[in-house]
Amino acid sequence: MRFAVCVFPGSNCDYDTYYVIRDVLEKEVEFVDHRSRDLSRYDVVVVPGGFSYGDYLRPGALAARTPLAEAIYEFSQKGKIVLGICNGFQILTELGLLPGALLPNTNMRFVCRDVRIRVENDNTKLTKKLEKGEILRIPVAHHDGRYYVPEDQLKELEKRGQILFRYVDNPNGSLSDIAGVMNREGNVFGMMPHPERASEDVMGSHDGLMLWYSLISD
Amino acid sequence: MKRVRILIRPKKGLLDPQGRAVREMLRDQGFKVGDVVVGKVIEMEVEDSQDIKTLVEKFIVNPLIEDYEIEEP
Repeated sequence: MRFAVCVFPGSNCDYDTYYVIRDVLEKEVEFVDHRSRDLSRYDVVVVPGGFSYGDYLRPGALAARTPLAEAIYEFSQKGKIVLGICNGFQILTELGLLPGALLPNTNMRFVCRDVRIRVENDNTKLTKKLEKGEILRIPVAHHDGRYYVPEDQLKELEKRGQILFRYVDNPNGSLSDIAGVMNREGNVFGMMPHPERASEDVMGSHDGLMLWYSLISD
Repeated sequence: MKRVRILIRPKKGLLDPQGRAVREMLRDQGFKVGDVVVGKVIEMEVEDSQDIKTLVEKFIVNPLIEDYEIEEP
């Protein structure tokens, strides 16, 4: 199983993500540049956190119009797994691969701390090693993490089990406390918390590990 | 070439914390102000034949969270 970690100008969690996949999961992993159009070598694509293009226009908006974004779109249409973390989540919503949008935090502050999130669906490729209701402690670090989706779409998400995680103590004003969602087909995932920053005890929490293990288990 | 101006504001009904922060500051200064909205302005020069609506809707705004107006002289 070979992972791709996407690199846009301004990505800054790319190395952390790469490190966890290579050194903790011991899986093959390569960086892929934003100008690349070829993801055919990979089984899983991770769109890491950061501030791609300085968050200009809107977070994720410019990255979602790059050659690599087109390749991610095509990759996802083959049913392969795409995971967007933080800015990666924003990019995937701007790309139209995930429902909703991420707006500025209600308090207009950058929030950088551990949060607790509850697993809402344990029957997905990202959460199958977890149990519904389980609480994970994983850090967030964002200014624009307020998840929004129109009311009718929210009902659809709930009905189809597309809500992956909810905040226990909502740090950003997200609608319905939503911290992570997936697409209808169940192969594209987005979350604001950073599992790559909670994958070893030395980092203060290894609660993110089970997400990675879920991805690599059959 | 023609010059166009695109006015973008948060969609009506969505909480606009920037607008709210500005409103609260003005009220603290003693001004009587109602709703305040903070958006953005983009000006660009495009070819006369350019279909600006398509360009804006596909590449500039996110219609889920933003309303926009195009001003063409």
